[in-house]
Amino acid sequence: MAKTKVLERKPLTFAEKTFIPQILGGLKTTAKTLFQKNITLQYPEERPAIPDNYRGVPTLVKDPNGREKCVSCQLCEFVCPPKAIRIQPGEIDAEADPDRAHVEKAPKEFDINMLRCIYCGLCQEVCPEEAIFLQDIFTLSGYSREELVNNKQKLYELGGTLPDQHYKWDKKKSAEAKGNAH
Amino acid sequence: MKVDSIVDYVTINIDGQDVDVPKGTNIIEAVKRVGKGKEVPHYCYHPKLSIAGNCRMCMVEMGMPMRDRATGEAILDEDGVQKIGWMPKPTIGCATNAAPGMHIRTSSDMVKESRNGVTEFLLINHPLDCPICDQAGECRLQEFSAEHGRGYSRFIEDKNVKPKRTKLGPRVTLDDERCILCSRCIRFSKEIADDDVLGFVDRGTYSTLTCYPGKELANNYSLNTVDICPVGALTSTDFRFKMRVWFLKRTQSICTESSVGANTEIWSREGKIYRITPRRNDAVNDTWMTDSGRALFKAVEEGDRLTHYTIDGVHKTSAETVVAAAELLKAGKVAIVGSAQSSVEEQFYCKAIAERSDASVALVSHIGEADGILLSEDRTPNLRGALVNGLINTLPSQDLSEVAKQIESGAVDTLLVIHEDVTMLGISAELLKKVKVIYIGLLANDVSEGAAIVIPSLSVFEKDGSFVNQSFRLQRFKAAIPGPRGVVSDFMVLEHIAEALADEKIPSGSIDAAWEFIAQGVSQFADDLRWTRIPEEGIELDPSEFLDLAFVETKNLKYDPVAFKEAQAATAEA
Repeated sequence: MAKTKVLERKPLTFAEKTFIPQILGGLKTTAKTLFQKNITLQYPEERPAIPDNYRGVPTLVKDPNGREKCVSCQLCEFVCPPKAIRIQPGEIDAEADPDRAHVEKAPKEFDINMLRCIYCGLCQEVCPEEAIFLQDIFTLSGYSREELVNNKQKLYELGGTLPDQHYKWDKKKSAEAKGNAH
Repeated sequence: MKVDSIVDYVTINIDGQDVDVPKGTNIIEAVKRVGKGKEVPHYCYHPKLSIAGNCRMCMVEMGMPMRDRATGEAILDEDGVQKIGWMPKPTIGCATNAAPGMHIRTSSDMVKESRNGVTEFLLINHPLDCPICDQAGECRLQEFSAEHGRGYSRFIEDKNVKPKRTKLGPRVTLDDERCILCSRCIRFSKEIADDDVLGFVDRGTYSTLTCYPGKELANNYSLNTVDICPVGALTSTDFRFKMRVWFLKRTQSICTESSVGANTEIWSREGKIYRITPRRNDAVNDTWMTDSGRALFKAVEEGDRLTHYTIDGVHKTSAETVVAAAELLKAGKVAIVGSAQSSVEEQFYCKAIAERSDASVALVSHIGEADGILLSEDRTPNLRGALVNGLINTLPSQDLSEVAKQIESGAVDTLLVIHEDVTMLGISAELLKKVKVIYIGLLANDVSEGAAIVIPSLSVFEKDGSFVNQSFRLQRFKAAIPGPRGVVSDFMVLEHIAEALADEKIPSGSIDAAWEFIAQGVSQFADDLRWTRIPEEGIELDPSEFLDLAFVETKNLKYDPVAFKEAQAATAEA
């Protein structure tokens, strides 16, 4: 048995017994904050600023030229701990889209089940094309389970465009055009 | 069947460990024999192809025991042990054969450095497109780059540009930038497929793999080049961008295309088959298989599958169907059209049904053109199984005119048809109306249409079982994907019908429980043989009873009917 130590309580002074200093102290704080700027927000009309590294709803982004970045390598599907991501890979039709024929591959379907997602951000970390980002969306609601499975179209709507300057596939294309003939 | 030949062994020392290897073994194979995951990394070497020695990845350090040149006497060190004369430079393991007393270092600094150097050079012009490359996950270059690469490139010049997305043939796509010029595909086309259409053009870093002008890689073995390609240069057009390989489950199976019985691996994910590749078995198919055999799963996927047990067109449960079928068979005047597509287990119970219902059994042989490699004349996987089982004792004919005659004469009231579309084989649809048909099959056809009882069956990808191939090798296949809902494995249905006919209860439920009876009932099988105990490479059965039959197979990759008979006769004498 651990020994217990009994502390002696200090008796209250006369002023303390009247409670007046405490009440005045409280009123002082009230008076101070009464004239300060509001700390609370009028949510949902007002929204807080989200820090850059916030892990919100995962989204697919396009490059500054509005082109799809995802090449459906399925690494995010592989790494996803709760198996929320489902991808059906597809081939870019060289005739319909000759500009992007050299990228060869793009997702046909891309579903993220937000009922499964745990916002861990591993998909963003693993993506070799920097195509998937957990951005600042933090509210999510729906009336059915189906509604909470984000499909490819929805993911691009949520994701928008991020200002990156890699243009990996453009470089590839210009190398192809330039050739390295002997 | 085995002719005992005395193999000479030589002892070599690999990283300080003495290993006995057969004479003529090269260093790559010798190191593999050490086990413990020890491997000499290599790209161009393939155990079933000639040695090219052009990738330079399999460099090892080699030394021989020192001898005095003049006297030939061993030179000893202070401890009295023969000195080892190490070569000043590393040598390639694939083209170096083991010699007595040879010393090998597979992980010395020099070896590691040479591997790192080779890897760096290979990566100079290699595109960084693993995210869109189908080989990712089974790419030797990817694996060895992780092991021996430096993680960044010192190459600041422009990479070479080579043709991409070239259609080499109807089934193979080529990406030349990814090619590391190992020449495995060229050697395969020349040596195995005997269709020498591939080759390198241009020199140095501009070397490019191409097809001979005006020709294409269209032979029935073209997809093997995809399998042996160590990188993503050659990819299957059909499997292209379908699924990453790390999601796929591999199941061991047997190709049903012909009596060769090529060993295969089925790659599936969540009940869907994505591709079929060969599995190495040196006694059957080496590491190859036909392109047509790889596409067989599509016919099952796309076909009009039978999915319900029906009696007179009404859906029933499997138990009700079994009872109804047994009733029909009990009434007598039964003929059975069995199948060489069925597994050994199914044929065993088919024979039990035939015996118990006093029925005659006919099989049909399906004969096609052979190619002398891995496609034999007999296009059924298990004709030998029917012989071993005793379901038949002569070779079947190509049609069913005998059965047709029996039906015409009224000697048959009930016809049990397994798999065969008898309307194509001499029994017209008109004639079929004269009898009650019990049809067990995979796809809907004219027979299932008019059948009194229809029992849906499972495809080879959906059930466990075994086949006996052209050289009487019993081989096992496993279920890769689930079948249609509610459909029971064929052998179980046949077993239940056989049970009902004899009014006896055979306690089973698993394939091994069935094998207790099969092993007892078939003289070729050892009494303690079980399905789960059939080894990966199969079991050779004793074919001596059947040697006089005129099998249709002619010589192919691993089977020569004349040599096979001679070998059998030799064993019988000895």
